[in-house]
Amino acid sequence: MNRFMLFFHKTGSPPWFYRFAGKLIPWLWVGFAVLTATGLYMGLFLAPPDYQQGESVRIMYLHVPAAWMSMMIYGMMAVMGFIALVWRIRIMEVLTISSAPVGAAFTIIALITGSLWGRPTWGTYWVWDARLTSELVLLFLYIGVIALYNAYDEPRKAARAASLMAIVGAVNLPIIHYSVLWWNTLHQGSSFSASGSSIHPSMLWPLLLMAIAFKFYYGANLLSRARLRLLKQDHRKRWVHELLVQESE
Amino acid sequence: MSKPALSTAFWALLRRDFLLAYRRRAELLQPLVFLLVVVTLFPLGVGPSPQLLANIAPGVIWIAALLATVLPLDSLFRSDYEDGTLEQMVLSGQPLALIALARILAHWLVAGLPIVLLSPLLAVWMNLPDAGVPVLIKSLIIGTPVLSLIGAIGAALTVSLKRGGQLLSLLVFPLYVPLLILATSAVSAAVAGLPYNGQLGLILAGMIAALTLAPFATAAALKLSLS
Repeated sequence: MNRFMLFFHKTGSPPWFYRFAGKLIPWLWVGFAVLTATGLYMGLFLAPPDYQQGESVRIMYLHVPAAWMSMMIYGMMAVMGFIALVWRIRIMEVLTISSAPVGAAFTIIALITGSLWGRPTWGTYWVWDARLTSELVLLFLYIGVIALYNAYDEPRKAARAASLMAIVGAVNLPIIHYSVLWWNTLHQGSSFSASGSSIHPSMLWPLLLMAIAFKFYYGANLLSRARLRLLKQDHRKRWVHELLVQESE
Repeated sequence: MSKPALSTAFWALLRRDFLLAYRRRAELLQPLVFLLVVVTLFPLGVGPSPQLLANIAPGVIWIAALLATVLPLDSLFRSDYEDGTLEQMVLSGQPLALIALARILAHWLVAGLPIVLLSPLLAVWMNLPDAGVPVLIKSLIIGTPVLSLIGAIGAALTVSLKRGGQLLSLLVFPLYVPLLILATSAVSAAVAGLPYNGQLGLILAGMIAALTLAPFATAAALKLSLS
């Protein structure tokens, strides 16, 4: 067996995953802390205020990365859910459902910071604009996945149902996005495209740092949640017992 | 014993579903009465001004149709699940997606089609201008199957839960957003004298996509509920 396949099979084993994730988590938190500190300092102190929006533009350094994360995590859920359903890997089931609360939290952050940013710039907290509406629908999709998971008693069945729902939602998400876009739009378009960005580097760098910092946060939070869920599911199994004996010694 | 052909199984299922629906006629009427009551509430709530009603007519009729289709969805697979028929269907060796499709088609014929037939009456109640009525009917003919198809996925996911009804609406309503937008905008465009074929074409495309994908997702969800 080659090294990659060995790694692949190992990650599918709960005790190995538990230990591996446990070693990885502190580094992810460190990465998150360093990047957030740098990104926030650059964004809040070094970056210039916008010539039209003034200081309020600084909400961007939280809002935009959170909105990116909300979409990326849903995509991750669909991919991991697909793997969980096809190959019946339990770790993937656990990772799929553990992603949902983190994604929902980022969606809520994006909605709240967006509405706080909208007040000084657009003059209103909420409009039925395309991006706001699709973000809200995304939040409902997250809540649906979480509610479906909680409705089942048996955790593995629950995780598989939630995975299927995540996939169905992911197929619909682009359709929802474009239909809403076509319906009504006030939000500015994306400032990023394949040919480059229309943002000045002094504002681009903190934004990118924050985006990467949020990914570290997602990784750390996801792995911590997955570890806890594994412990709960396996609390009668031998590896958990051995682990508890080891830790108490 | 040899397995019956696909088409035989499909028609037998459809026939059985019709018979079941016919024997429970009173239950069948409930969603339609619900539809009429919901539409009646709007003029009472927003006032009887004909102009206002005409403006909101496409949205009100479509939202009422959406609610009335979701109402009977909860029982789509429930009785078959509870008495073990669903398990026998899985064991029959016929593709589960086909069985799901027969069930969905039966649901549309008894829950979706009556809404289409009632829609001219609703259009009169809501004072929808004449130019909008044919488009409203067309949008309902091609749009209500999408409601049944996507709804079936939610129904299959929640069939093994004791209180699946509320959860079902939470799961499927966000997925109905594109359909609602396209359908109401087609009717509004027709009333304003603008072209509306683009919207209807997109709904049709959505229906074909749902028709090809939703039975498989429903089948996967049913297998999961039975496991």
